[in-house]
Amino acid sequence: MTAKPTIRIQQADFDIAREIAALTNGRTDIGAVVSFSGICRGNENGEDIAALTLEHYPGMAEAEIARHVESAMSRWPLSGVSVIHRVGRINPGENIVLVLTASQHRQAAFAAAEFLMDYLKANAPFWKREESAAGTAWVDARTHDDAAVARWTKS
Amino acid sequence: MKVKYFAWVRERIGKSEETVEPPANVRTVGDLMTWLARRGETYAHAFEKPRVIRAAIDHAHVKQDAVIAGAREIAFFPPMTGG
Repeated sequence: MTAKPTIRIQQADFDIAREIAALTNGRTDIGAVVSFSGICRGNENGEDIAALTLEHYPGMAEAEIARHVESAMSRWPLSGVSVIHRVGRINPGENIVLVLTASQHRQAAFAAAEFLMDYLKANAPFWKREESAAGTAWVDARTHDDAAVARWTKS
Repeated sequence: MKVKYFAWVRERIGKSEETVEPPANVRTVGDLMTWLARRGETYAHAFEKPRVIRAAIDHAHVKQDAVIAGAREIAFFPPMTGG
């Protein structure tokens, strides 16, 4: 059985244990849950970061995440998926993003979580602005994020 | 059609959205960027490196050769850095 995926974009923090419980409560068919959380680093290339501010494209961000979740569900036998992405100002050490994938067996859950994160980083319309002693600056996209996506399309 | 801007594209232009009515010879997303870039200094700055800019039509990513006819909402933004 595949539950309807949970997709949320919110300013507030999330509770990972509560989100896992929401995914698995009342289910006896799930044998594995993989949890990935992205956390705000306090140092980037040797420079201290005071905070990140995340901007998103409302409407498209949800739609884009939903498309990738659907694609993951068609590739792997998943019992459930949750994706939560925070926006607004985020301090070092705080959560930014959560991906949960549930399956009968661990392989599908591990692979789907990695696939989802690779696609979200390269394709979901979110932008980070970094605050440091030098001022504020938009974070540059990394070419290795595109390379990470490309490996899923190779045969 | 409605045009939306995000991140540094929004900051450079100085607005997050507007309604525009480009002439009929503006057929593609790339044409629209060229046309917008002529609207003033702030636009020229935002679109000075059009190859870097990503676009979406009605909430889906598109390439610069995508035809804009029938689009309700077109968005321009830098490469994404979420996650």
